[in-house]
Amino acid sequence: MSKIGVFIEIVDQALGKSVPGVVGAACRGGDVVGFVLDDLADKDRELLEEYGVTEVVVVGGREVALSELPVSAGLALADAVKASGVKALLGVSSSTGNDLLTRAALSLQAPLVLDCTGIDFNTNCVRKSHFSGKATATLQLTAAPFVCGIRPNSFDPVPEKVACTITKFEYAGPIDDAITVTGVEKSGSGRKDLAEADIIITGGRPIGSSENFKILEECADTIDAAIGASRAAVDAGYAPHSMQVGLTGKIVSPKLYIGCGLSGSVQHFAGMKSSKLIVGINTDKDAPIFSKSDYGIIGDLFEVVPLLTRQLQKRR
Amino acid sequence: MRIYVCIKQVPDSEAIIKIVGDTEYNREVVYVVNPYDEYGVEEAVRLKENNGDGEVIAVCVGGEGAVSALRTVMAMGVDRSVLVKTGEQFVGSDLTAQALAWVIEQEGPADIIFAGKQSMDSEGMQTPYRLGAQIGLPVVSNVVNFSLEKTTALVQREMGGGLRESLTVKTPCIIGANKGLNEPRYPKMHAILKAKKKEIKVLDIAELTIQDNSGVQLKGLHPAEDRSEARILEGTAEEAVSSLVDILAEQRII
Repeated sequence: MSKIGVFIEIVDQALGKSVPGVVGAACRGGDVVGFVLDDLADKDRELLEEYGVTEVVVVGGREVALSELPVSAGLALADAVKASGVKALLGVSSSTGNDLLTRAALSLQAPLVLDCTGIDFNTNCVRKSHFSGKATATLQLTAAPFVCGIRPNSFDPVPEKVACTITKFEYAGPIDDAITVTGVEKSGSGRKDLAEADIIITGGRPIGSSENFKILEECADTIDAAIGASRAAVDAGYAPHSMQVGLTGKIVSPKLYIGCGLSGSVQHFAGMKSSKLIVGINTDKDAPIFSKSDYGIIGDLFEVVPLLTRQLQKRR
Repeated sequence: MRIYVCIKQVPDSEAIIKIVGDTEYNREVVYVVNPYDEYGVEEAVRLKENNGDGEVIAVCVGGEGAVSALRTVMAMGVDRSVLVKTGEQFVGSDLTAQALAWVIEQEGPADIIFAGKQSMDSEGMQTPYRLGAQIGLPVVSNVVNFSLEKTTALVQREMGGGLRESLTVKTPCIIGANKGLNEPRYPKMHAILKAKKKEIKVLDIAELTIQDNSGVQLKGLHPAEDRSEARILEGTAEEAVSSLVDILAEQRII
């Protein structure tokens, strides 16, 4: 049986929330080998064991933190992948994931597709969005190993308890400090990551001020949701760009997307149309959001959202 | 200071895309400068303005119509342009990067290169990196903050979850621009008129001895499935919310 590699991304000192879904995608193609930079915490190893990862390669060496040196990290990941004999390397198509997967693929001279929403290991074909979600492309990767970034929430994790062996890969290549990570800072609310959230509540321009996002936050707290904003709300200064959903913002595919006071522009749908369930709340019964969502409530978000919060609190 | 910006012309986000045959689309739509590239253009022009000296050169791989995209960015302050002309609908990031590298080699070494972090049509996200591999320069993409201190660029990347990563990059380097980097300017009328007189060099991609080594083949394009009308939840706000909560509970979402 062939082996499929998965880049294990560590976010804020914990296993990236979308990693198990990518493992779920990889296990369709063979035994899953994880690759992690520098170190793997016991709690993260235990989590990977829940999802069928039988082997993890810890890529490190030369007494430096590879996670702070993206250029060398890409070379090291490529060398480890080559040594392992995996048929493919998958990873989360996040900011860090895309960066390292691309560096590794270029070093391996391997075919690369990022932001895949589907993968078939028999034909080596992947699916991905084109034209901001207006079309889907099927692309074939014609050499092995190949490298794929997987859009968060595209695949469900497959629970399968196994024991995981840890091996070390000592990187012997050059240390390149042309790019150095000097720090990570938290900006904004420190809320759940939009790209990884199961539920997202988004505010449009009618929210009217940054303070009014509190209404959405109270609702979000009851169902562990992330909070988004439309471009109009961001451009009006009610929310930072990091919260923008849509074209030139975040592309999300949660299980539930609640749009509050959104008109539902083409550009907004480009960022959230792959959500499993879309609910629109708008005072205008002719708002475009109602023509392309699952459920609609015609009403004022300032009335409807607090009611929703209260009912959700009651159910808990 | 020689600053390059890489430009792509893409269908406008309002354009209705129809798939033609297996791998083509209705090309007679309205085209615009790839929105992420505009952030690169603005940053390049600001860098030149702050520096008080230098030249900003736009390089584009695209169809004949891409001349209008180049006029737009020249109205934003780019000094001159080079268009590598191709008849293909989709030129992969591997070929694009080779063509860009070819032009940059002809026009002289870069002090800094800006590009959009991805295109809005094929959404590949790879061109800045492939260009870096071609010409041997470090690349940082997804950049939302940029400043230059002597020979080091100080940049920030957006990481998701409200996290921002700070990095130092030795120059010359390639910066993949994301929204948030700046607010691109709207060109004034006199700048638009001035841009009409600026130089656009045109060369044919066939003149370049390059070939696609990406190992990726486009097999098919399919229209995305459209969602249907929403079921409007009737009644008072209280009743509508109550039906919604029932539905969410039934579907085990909450």
